[in-house]
Amino acid sequence: MLTPEEKTEIEAECARYERKRSAVIEALKMVQRRRGCVSDETVRDVAGVLEMTPAEVEGVATFYSLIFRRPVGRHVILMCDSVSCWTMGYDAIREHLEAKLRIRLGETSADGRFTLLPASCLGACDLAPAMMIDEELYGNLTPPKVDEILAKYS
Amino acid sequence: MPAEIVLTRNIRPGLEPLDLKAYEQAGGYQALRKALSSMTPQAVQDAVKKSGLRGRGGAGFPTGAKWSFVPLGNDAPRPRYFILNADETEPGTFKDRYLLEGDPHQIIEGTILTSFAIQADVAFIFLRWEYRKAARALEKAITEAAAAGYLGRNILGSGYSLPLNLHVSAGRYICGEESALINSLEGRRAVPRAKPPHPTVCGHWGKPTIVNNVETVANVPHIVLRGPEWYSGLSLGADSGTKLYTASGRVKRPGLWELPMGTPMRELIEQHAGGMQEGFRFRGALPGGASTDFVPEEFLDVKMDFASLEKVRSRLGTGSLVILDDKTCPVGMVLNLERFFARESCGWCTPCRDGLAWAARLLRAIEEGEGRPGDIETLESLAKGMGPGLTFCALALGAAEPLASALRLFRADFERHITEKRCPWR
Repeated sequence: MLTPEEKTEIEAECARYERKRSAVIEALKMVQRRRGCVSDETVRDVAGVLEMTPAEVEGVATFYSLIFRRPVGRHVILMCDSVSCWTMGYDAIREHLEAKLRIRLGETSADGRFTLLPASCLGACDLAPAMMIDEELYGNLTPPKVDEILAKYS
Repeated sequence: MPAEIVLTRNIRPGLEPLDLKAYEQAGGYQALRKALSSMTPQAVQDAVKKSGLRGRGGAGFPTGAKWSFVPLGNDAPRPRYFILNADETEPGTFKDRYLLEGDPHQIIEGTILTSFAIQADVAFIFLRWEYRKAARALEKAITEAAAAGYLGRNILGSGYSLPLNLHVSAGRYICGEESALINSLEGRRAVPRAKPPHPTVCGHWGKPTIVNNVETVANVPHIVLRGPEWYSGLSLGADSGTKLYTASGRVKRPGLWELPMGTPMRELIEQHAGGMQEGFRFRGALPGGASTDFVPEEFLDVKMDFASLEKVRSRLGTGSLVILDDKTCPVGMVLNLERFFARESCGWCTPCRDGLAWAARLLRAIEEGEGRPGDIETLESLAKGMGPGLTFCALALGAAEPLASALRLFRADFERHITEKRCPWR
């Protein structure tokens, strides 16, 4: 069930739009921020508030790459794999991250600290190779620099 | 004579963007004051039409002409919508991020002026989630602009009202396609719509809607304030204005430069980007992001504008150079591009959904040394099958451009992969 705060927040979001369903992406992101991911129950609950069918909300939830239908780690790494980053050494950075966290792309580290996800162009091509961790952008990555960055996250 | 800096003049990399007061002191919101006090919406449209401004999001459609498709007048459908497309995800492209983070008030002023020109009742900024810094800058600037009376009811006493909403998305390249963007804003999967009808007459909630790119809109205040003749005089060729060019790949100084439209590719690479890194040679470039045809070394002197790049079988796109060097495998690069497009295909139409996945699979096989005779021809036919008129939107068309041009320009490299059964670059 949605908490009263969650429900209030979604309703406030609806007020910014002409029709409630426009708020669906924001609603799913908001629940995800609080709970880590979007569960089946959340899909149904959000559908109820927005007067959509659960199938419509599920369609949205599974379309957008930054809405997570499965649990993720405490921090999400978005590793840019588009052309400029690829040219500038994406593979070496990905291999380093995978070895260090002992996971492959799409997986979460055993300690629940990081989920490593592939991302389309982050618009940081002048800083390639680049990645985001949560809301922070990091560029000009090298393996030692990646180690330093990861150490900041618990 | 140094070229005139227009769109980036307030931007100080590494520093906070100008706040409202500083932006006003730099001449900000003067264009809006001028338009609201002494120009009709039609006059703003006419100025932009006359300026020759073409869309900077990739397609290059004349901006004034696009606006003119919106029905105005007393019996025209309402509400009308303006949506700023800040969903920049074209691989190799980061110009809009620079503008949004660096001078958010300029983008807001351009958004209000564009909305006024088409008499929009409501405006949205559709921003990709990953642009967190831009989101913070826009939120602050919108609050400041609203408090100063530049947004909301009866702007500057003109009788024109405009609410502006920041909508933050949740990933997927296809959201940048304008009809997919509108579906996304309606709380749906971002699949493109059939056209016609075009969004200009039947867009958001079935009402007339203009969607413009960030850089496009950034030009509008300057055209309004200084006139279309001044604007068209800024360029070096037939296409007007300045352009935000960028370069990424193995150049000494990857970055962004605002230069006259029509600046030669060679000047961008050799002068502004500092030339190729030591030990790397230029082989070709995508001149306007991932969705454009490779330009080979023999055309390095091409002017970076719409008409000139078409003459060398490519497109200006976003004006974002992505460079292919001699140490990078062209098959590997095209595989990277087609994997991107295959992943980002919304899956709505067959040529794109199946064609791109097939192309990516064949390219992977070739790159892994498992290519077979006939694969190149199959790739060529796939590129043709994703041609104009065969797909729902321009995603697959864009994907076909680097593929078809690479098969043409780097054919010997593809053949070597197949005959030697390995990637010669590994």
